[in-house]
Amino acid sequence: MSNAVAHADGHADARHAHHPAHQHHFDTMAQQKEAAVIGMWLFLLTEILFFGGLFVAYMIYRVWYFDAFAEASRRLSLFWGGLNTAVLIGSSLTMALAVRAAQTNNRKWTVNWLVLTMLLGCVFLGVKVIEYQDKFANYEVPGENYNWLYHEQHAAAAGETTPHRELSLTPSQLQNTTQIYFSLYFTMTGLHALHMIIGVGLMMVITWMAWKGRFDAQWYTPVEMSGLYWHFVDIVWIFLFPLLYLVERP
Amino acid sequence: MMSDHVSPLALYLTIFGALMVLTAVTVGAAYVDLGAFNFLVAIAIACFKASLVVWYFMHVKWQSQMTKLTLATGLFTLAILLGMSLIDYASRNFTDMPRPVNPDAQMRAH
Repeated sequence: MSNAVAHADGHADARHAHHPAHQHHFDTMAQQKEAAVIGMWLFLLTEILFFGGLFVAYMIYRVWYFDAFAEASRRLSLFWGGLNTAVLIGSSLTMALAVRAAQTNNRKWTVNWLVLTMLLGCVFLGVKVIEYQDKFANYEVPGENYNWLYHEQHAAAAGETTPHRELSLTPSQLQNTTQIYFSLYFTMTGLHALHMIIGVGLMMVITWMAWKGRFDAQWYTPVEMSGLYWHFVDIVWIFLFPLLYLVERP
Repeated sequence: MMSDHVSPLALYLTIFGALMVLTAVTVGAAYVDLGAFNFLVAIAIACFKASLVVWYFMHVKWQSQMTKLTLATGLFTLAILLGMSLIDYASRNFTDMPRPVNPDAQMRAH
């Protein structure tokens, strides 16, 4: 496979002297690549607007119920959120290096970097499970059992006092409005996590293809397209992290 | 081929470093009380980080004008989505609109 060009030289018919991945309806490999890149970006644009709608919903409710968002945001762990941001940025680096390894005909490191990217993706999802579990344990999942005052009641039962801030909303208003925050939190991070799961699934296929030696410096389009998808998911998180975890910290 | 530019390893590591530093800056900035500017600083840093990822990790810097234009179209549409929606909600209290005292009475009037 990797000797495709040398092999093609042996063809008597010049029309067949092409890379095996070169499809006949494209004039050149460059044109084929360009079509794939633009097609992938068009798909990502639909994704941008898909998440964009959620960001609009977030912005409007944040403006309306800022105190509720600030209070609810403090319930998220900055440690886990920060760690996940670092993990995801790290996975973007390993993904970029996987593409680079493919570009330079390095089959071994294409596979290695892809495997590392998947591992970091799984670490991210694992941390997300810990965070979600904590929300369920503390009655912070919107719905029947949602209890904004659970913390305070818990602390009061243990004889501790919780710090009080001057808020524009009463506890019963917070009971309702913080559920809007957590609904958006679960929808946005949940959809983001779903994208990560799809990304890991995609990468399993790409890693297998790379392992089989399907890619070379002339054709590594699937690696690069999965990379674009993965980096996009990283970008969504780059916005989700400050919007959800850092509403008002001091 | 323009899109087949191979970036040096050092560039990727530099961008990674910048992204990590900016993450730390975002967290740090959140603990400084800047009033309404806290949000703007957080968004500005996030936009800068996203730009670094798009430009260098996603190779847009070395893509064709056509690809860049495609991306710009999407961002423009996103700006309309965010901008117009927020202008709508932010401007609702600009003028004193007579509000119905009793919503039921308003319903019956129609």
